[in-house]
Amino acid sequence: MDMFKDKKLRNDIILAAAVIIAAAGIWLFTELMKSDGAFAVVTVNGVETAKYPLDTDAEIRLESENGGYNILIIKDGKADITEASCPDHVCVDQRAISKTGEAITCLPNKTVITIDGEEEADFDFVS
Amino acid sequence: MKTKKVAMLGLTIALAMIMSYIEALVPLSFAVPGIKMGLANIVIIFVLYKFSMKDAVLVSAIRVILVSLLFSNVMAMWYSLAGAVLSLSVMCILKKTDKFSVIGVSVAGGIMHNVGQIIMAVILLGTEQIALYLPVLIITGTVTGVIIGIVSGLVINRFKNIRL
Repeated sequence: MDMFKDKKLRNDIILAAAVIIAAAGIWLFTELMKSDGAFAVVTVNGVETAKYPLDTDAEIRLESENGGYNILIIKDGKADITEASCPDHVCVDQRAISKTGEAITCLPNKTVITIDGEEEADFDFVS
Repeated sequence: MKTKKVAMLGLTIALAMIMSYIEALVPLSFAVPGIKMGLANIVIIFVLYKFSMKDAVLVSAIRVILVSLLFSNVMAMWYSLAGAVLSLSVMCILKKTDKFSVIGVSVAGGIMHNVGQIIMAVILLGTEQIALYLPVLIITGTVTGVIIGIVSGLVINRFKNIRL
């Protein structure tokens, strides 16, 4: 059994290249579709709990159902999580968001921050 | 199941758990939030190639359950499970076609692990925007998949003439 048979390796490269090109294309498309947002929307466990305007600086402590917390800072029109009770701190590592469709996710606390546009452009996600 | 096989699979499960533990100790999420190397996949791929599909499913399932109970929580188990199920299913299919080397199989596994976790996150958190992060995770998943695939290929080659 030869692990690196040429034909298979060629298929590997085609697979990887196709996936990367497709992903990069979608990424580019979504980046271009983004526009400046107006609100930071807090969703805990699938339920929208709060909405803060991005043009007003604020520091909010978000309590989650499991007793944990995330500190949401709104500054210079951007929303960012700067502190959290979760062990992995993936949400803290995520960059500040300000464009529509961007999100900061904290899986352990089931908390998601998303950016919304102006009121009239709102979609109503009924779940 | 023969005693020797029980011992061998126990050994690989232990190894997969150690890989998961090392990964938890060295987080990469400061670079790209949410990414992982997927070290445990080296063990899963090894079992897939040196033992059988059934054994790989067994080792993967036991690893996910034990690691979640030991190092994280039940919530995390759902994400791991979604990633593991999708990843292993696609790896099994690709291996069966015999058109890809270990690297291709590993790349598909790495990508599908991310896809599974994002699907689970969208279901559990009810926020569709999370899916927009998928392209980033697919690209990083491909890169880590190539690395894991090369390492797995080297390990499998070393065991070429050893019967387990």
